[in-house]
Amino acid sequence: MASKLTRSNRAGWLMALPGTTLIAAFIILPFFLAFAFSLTNQRLASPNPTEYVGLENYRELLGLAFFTLEPERDDAGVVVRDKDGDIKYPRLRKFTRNNPDFPALQGKREWFSWQSGDNRQVVLASDVVFMKALVNTFTFVFVVAPVQAGLALALALLINQKLKGISLFRAIYFMPVVVSIVVVSLLWQFIYSPGDGLLNNILSGITFGLFEPRDWLGNPSTALGSIMAMSIWQGVGFHMVIWLSGLQTISPTLYEAAEIEGASKRQAFRYVTWPGLRNTAVLILIVITMQAFALFAQIDVMTQGGPLDSTQVLVFQAVERGYGKQDISGGSTISVLLFLIVLGISLLQRWLTRERT
Amino acid sequence: MAVVSADNRGLRLGARYAVLVLVAVIFVFPLLFMAMSSLKPDQQLLSDTDSLRAFLPVGDISLNNYFAAFERAPIGVFVFNSVLVTGITVILALFVCSLAAFAFVFLDWSGRGFIFSVLLATLIIPYESIFIPLLLMASQLPWIGTGGFEIGWLNTYRVQIIPFVADGLSIFLFVQYFKDLPRELIEASRVEGASWWFVYRKVVLPLSGPVIATAAILKFLFMYNQYLWPLMVVQAEEIRPVMVGLGYFTDQLNVPWGEVMAYLTIITVPVLAFYLSLQRAFIASVASTGVKG
Repeated sequence: MASKLTRSNRAGWLMALPGTTLIAAFIILPFFLAFAFSLTNQRLASPNPTEYVGLENYRELLGLAFFTLEPERDDAGVVVRDKDGDIKYPRLRKFTRNNPDFPALQGKREWFSWQSGDNRQVVLASDVVFMKALVNTFTFVFVVAPVQAGLALALALLINQKLKGISLFRAIYFMPVVVSIVVVSLLWQFIYSPGDGLLNNILSGITFGLFEPRDWLGNPSTALGSIMAMSIWQGVGFHMVIWLSGLQTISPTLYEAAEIEGASKRQAFRYVTWPGLRNTAVLILIVITMQAFALFAQIDVMTQGGPLDSTQVLVFQAVERGYGKQDISGGSTISVLLFLIVLGISLLQRWLTRERT
Repeated sequence: MAVVSADNRGLRLGARYAVLVLVAVIFVFPLLFMAMSSLKPDQQLLSDTDSLRAFLPVGDISLNNYFAAFERAPIGVFVFNSVLVTGITVILALFVCSLAAFAFVFLDWSGRGFIFSVLLATLIIPYESIFIPLLLMASQLPWIGTGGFEIGWLNTYRVQIIPFVADGLSIFLFVQYFKDLPRELIEASRVEGASWWFVYRKVVLPLSGPVIATAAILKFLFMYNQYLWPLMVVQAEEIRPVMVGLGYFTDQLNVPWGEVMAYLTIITVPVLAFYLSLQRAFIASVASTGVKG
């Protein structure tokens, strides 16, 4: 009876059609186009026909090489030192530019290096800026995801008390979430101003002048950290609310039982609250990770990837190529890598947090 | 004894509130600073940062920054564009996504299971990873408009609206909600000979207030705050939304901070007021994204 009443191919297709067509056209199609473009030299507008280039784009982004620079030696085989006593090395350029003996180094540039004995170990990359973007993005995600999830849980516990006016505080903590990240970035850019900036003044006020003012966004060692702090400030309310709804699904009788058994507050959290939040925890980690990998507006507004590429990130690089340089294939390649990383990390998180039987 | 414990309780309660207030200050101070600074001339705005005056409406207070900001940029146009693009997208999205969800939950048609699982899979695709190919698509898509047949969607309203009308999360939210509606109600209407369209319009939609609010709020926040996409596809000033319009103030050699704060206040305060008046609905809508695990 029911099946006859609900069976309707024509109506079903008709009603689902607008939504599914739009998703197919504007999410699924560009998703596959990204893979396709990453194998070509597609540009936004070009008089030349597009050509298939295989994995060339990936090689240009991900190409790495390792090289040991040996010091220059004089005729007697003694290491040559300059007047400061530092070891002299041949120029790296000699090996990376049109040197038929070292085809693997062709066109690559130094990414980083370290000393080992008299030798210098050098890691070279085809695209040093991209490598920095990759490392910065991972750093951002691996710091922001756990810190933001943890702070959000602390806030959720704080706001889950039965106190008068608690909903006012909840409303305030959530407020930055509804403010555009562009607005927040510009506002914090001002707050982070060097010298007499607001944050510098607040910190030296709190420490009675002990704090040395700094150029938060202008210094490569603090720029990414400053952007992380601001991103957490803006996003933490979002995840607080998700934790909160997880907390409220835990039955109060469990807490009563724990109290009767004489459990301390800490024990109640460890044995009642935390196990009840398992699924919420998995979800929050995945959501924060996805959001963190997509980091763009903060960089675009505040630092443009600088200083010294210390805040270069994947999406900013994808946009700089795909839109700035109109290099659709290069931008698509980064997009594909971004997606694969997000997918890989989500699967890994699911696997790590799976129910163990 | 009793007096001491009451005192203790009072103290503990006070400590709790102290923590709550301290945290609240951290979340509020930048926004308070923004609003107060928008009323001050640049000189004072900068010098006030070394005291609590930064957060107070004191000194040379006026609306001059607002007048100057309106002179510098066509703010009315930007606000109009944002409201138009956001409003149309939200309305279309509510219709298209609820209709699709209706078909997924209440109707039985071939391909339903497969299409729904594909839809769920799209939830893992970040928009940021499809914008570059979408940019190329937008530059080459055809359109039939008032001027006849044309190629290219760049610099239009439609390029800001149509790609964002349907998304997996909105459909999913409706599906979750529809699943909990009493099926007998729908079947009873069908027995009485009601068409599917009638059941959707007159039976299901009137029961769907909460999920409509949720989907509308999430879409509203996403659309109004969009930045990267309009940055790439909209160059023309007449159709620029508010977030991209910021460039008028920041692309200056000497950034006029007072005007910037005024502009930020103009584009933020309406959203904050909207949020504070519908606070419970906003928070509930974010909480409901938590059901997808």
